[in-house]
Amino acid sequence: MATDAPPDGGQSLAARVRARFEGPNTIGNSNGFWVGFLVAVAALVAFPLVGNAEQFSLFLVLSLLGLSLSVVWGYTGVLSFGQVVFFGLGGYTFAVVSINVSTPGGITAAVLAGVVGGGIGAAVLGYFMFYGGVRDVYVTIITLVATMVLHTFMAQTAGSEWTIGEAALGGFNGMPDIPLLKLGVGAASFQFMYNAIPVWVPGFGTVELDPFYYLALVLLVGTYLGLRALVNSDYGRAMVAVREDEDRTRMFGYNVKRIKLVVFILGGALAGLSGVLYAARNVFIDPTVFTLLFATLPVIWVSVGGRKSLLGAIIATIAIEYIRVTLGGELALVMLGALLLGTILFLPNGIVPWVHKQIRQNRPAPADAEGPETPDPTEASES
Amino acid sequence: MVNGINLALQFLDSFAFIVLAAAGLAIIFGIMGVINLAHGEFILVGAYATTLSATKLGLPLAAAMLVGTLVTAAFGVVVERFVISGAVPNWIGQRTVGRDFVEPLYDRLADSMVATFGLSLIMVQGARVVFGNSIDTVGTPFGNIAYGAFSYSTYRIVLSGVSIALLVGVYYIFTRTEYGMTARATIQDEETARALGVDTERIYMATFAIGSGLAGLTGALFAPTLSMQPTLGDQFLVEAFVAVVVGGPSVVLGTALSGGVLGAIQAVFTNLYGTFFGRIALLAAAMVALRFLPDGITGFIETVQSRRQEGE
Repeated sequence: MATDAPPDGGQSLAARVRARFEGPNTIGNSNGFWVGFLVAVAALVAFPLVGNAEQFSLFLVLSLLGLSLSVVWGYTGVLSFGQVVFFGLGGYTFAVVSINVSTPGGITAAVLAGVVGGGIGAAVLGYFMFYGGVRDVYVTIITLVATMVLHTFMAQTAGSEWTIGEAALGGFNGMPDIPLLKLGVGAASFQFMYNAIPVWVPGFGTVELDPFYYLALVLLVGTYLGLRALVNSDYGRAMVAVREDEDRTRMFGYNVKRIKLVVFILGGALAGLSGVLYAARNVFIDPTVFTLLFATLPVIWVSVGGRKSLLGAIIATIAIEYIRVTLGGELALVMLGALLLGTILFLPNGIVPWVHKQIRQNRPAPADAEGPETPDPTEASES
Repeated sequence: MVNGINLALQFLDSFAFIVLAAAGLAIIFGIMGVINLAHGEFILVGAYATTLSATKLGLPLAAAMLVGTLVTAAFGVVVERFVISGAVPNWIGQRTVGRDFVEPLYDRLADSMVATFGLSLIMVQGARVVFGNSIDTVGTPFGNIAYGAFSYSTYRIVLSGVSIALLVGVYYIFTRTEYGMTARATIQDEETARALGVDTERIYMATFAIGSGLAGLTGALFAPTLSMQPTLGDQFLVEAFVAVVVGGPSVVLGTALSGGVLGAIQAVFTNLYGTFFGRIALLAAAMVALRFLPDGITGFIETVQSRRQEGE
C-alpha cells in the first residue's frame, strides 16, 4: 500500500523505484492507481486495433504541450500563455533544419534542434522576465503579447527574403515540404511517418500499425513518468514552494528566479518537442500555431483537467481535443468557452483533482495515508 | 524621408489608439485586480452595437455611439454579476443547496484571465453564429484634410482629441467624485473601506460597468474605421496589454504616460519601417520597460517620490 516507509535499504527494488514517482505533489500513489495506469497504457497500446490511431496521435502530441504548461503553471505558478511560442519555435526549427538536411541523420538532428530551439526561446524570454523582476501576472501578459507578435511576424514571412537555406518560411501558407520523420543515422534509421507496419495480432488478423502513434505514446508516457519523478523530487518540492509563496521560499535560501527559469526552459523544451512532433505528424506547419486561440488551448486543457495534476493535463487534452475535433462546426468553440468558464467558476482546481477527492472521500480511512495534498486553503475550508 | 506633419499625425493616431484601447482594461485591472481577456470582445460589443444601431435603426452616428457605449456598460454589469462576482450563481446556490457555488474572481489574476478567456471564446463565436462573418460598416465621417501631397482622415484627429478628453474625464471621476474616492479607498484597503461603510461590492460593479463602458466607447469610436468582423477585438489586445503593463499601478497617469511613450515609439518606427516593425518596437519597448521598471512608469515615479521624501 501507499503506507510505505521512506525509502531505505530494506525495501525491494520495485518499491524504491516506485517511491521515486510518488509523493504529495501527484495524484495517484496507491496500488489501485498504478494498476489503473498500466491498464490505461495497455488500452492505449491496443487502441489502434479499434480506433483511428492517426487522429489519436495528434492528441498524444498535444498532451505533451499540455504537460509542459502543467509543470510551468501548475507546479511552479508561472502562468504562461506562451507555450505555443516554444511549440511553434520547435516546429519551425525542425522544419527548417530537416528541409535543409533531409538525410535520416539530419532529420534526427532536426528533432533535437527543435527541442533545443524551444528551450532556447524559453531561456531568452524567461531570462528577461524572471531576472528582470517581472511579476506573476505580467509574465502572463508578456508571454501573451510574445505569442501575438510572433504570429504577426511569421504571417509576413511570405517573401523570398525569408528563406533559411533551402527552407522558405512561407508566411500564411506555412511550410509544406517537411520531410517524413526518420530517426537514426544512415541505414540504421527508421521512418515513422506513412510507414504502417503489418503486424499479426491474435483475434484481429494482420493489422497495419502506425509507428508514429507508438513513438508519440512512448514519449508521452516517458515524459509523464519523468515529470512525476521531477515534481516528487526535492527540486519538485522547491518548485511547489515557489508556487505557494515566492517570498517565503526566497527567505529559506532558494534561488527563486533560477528555479522559475529552469522550469520555464524545461517547459519550453517540452513544448518544443511537442511542436516538433506536431510538425512531423502533419508534415506541415503554419502560423496558426501562434494564434490567440491556439495559444489559449493549453490553458484550457490544463485548467479543466486540473492545473496541479499532470494526469489531469493529459486526460483533459485528449478529451477536449477529441470533443473539438468530433464536434467541429460553429458551436464547438462556444462549448469550449463554456466548459472553461464553468470549470474555473465551479471547480477552480480542475476536474481530475475533484474526481480524485470524491474517490478518496468514499474510500475507507487508511487509504489516506498517502498524505495530504499540497496545503490549499480552499480545499481545507470546503470539507 | 521623415515628414514632420506625418510623424505628428502618426503619433496622435498611435496615442489615441493606445489610450482608448487600454483605458477600460486599466481601470478594471487597477481597481478590481481582474484581468479581462475578453476586453477585445467588449470592444466588439461596442462596435457592433454602434454599427447595428446606425445601419439597422438608422440612428445618427453620435447617438449610435452612445447606444454602443451604454449597451457595453450594461453588458459589463451582467458579466460582473454572473461571472466576476459570481453573485447570481451564488444567489441561486443559496436558494437551492444553501451554499455559494463560486468565489468572486477579484484579485485572482490568473483565474480571472482564464475565465474571461472562456467568455471571449463564447462571445467571438457567438457573434459569428448570430451575425455571420462580417456586418455592414458605417462610413468614416468628416472626410479628409489635405496638406501638401498628403491627405489625412479628419476623424482620426478627432479621435485623438477624444482620447485626451477621456483621460481628463476619467481623472475627474477618480479624483473629484464620491465614487472615485470610495473606489480609491477600496483599492488601498478593502477591509477598512468596508468597515467605514463603503459598499465595496457596489464599487466593483460600478467599476466594471465603467471599464466596460469605456471599452464599448472604444469600439464605438473605431467602428467606422474597422471592418466589422467577430475577431476585431484582437487587434486592440496587444496595445492594450502593453500599455497597462508599461503604465503600472496608477490607472489614469499610467495610461496617459504609456500612451505617450509607446505612441511616440510606435509612430517613429511605423513611419520609418512600416506597421509591422512599429508593433515589434512596441513589444521591445515593453520588454525593456519591464526589465528596468518592473512596476511600470508610475511605479517608478512612486519609488522616486518616496525616496525623495525619505531623503528630506
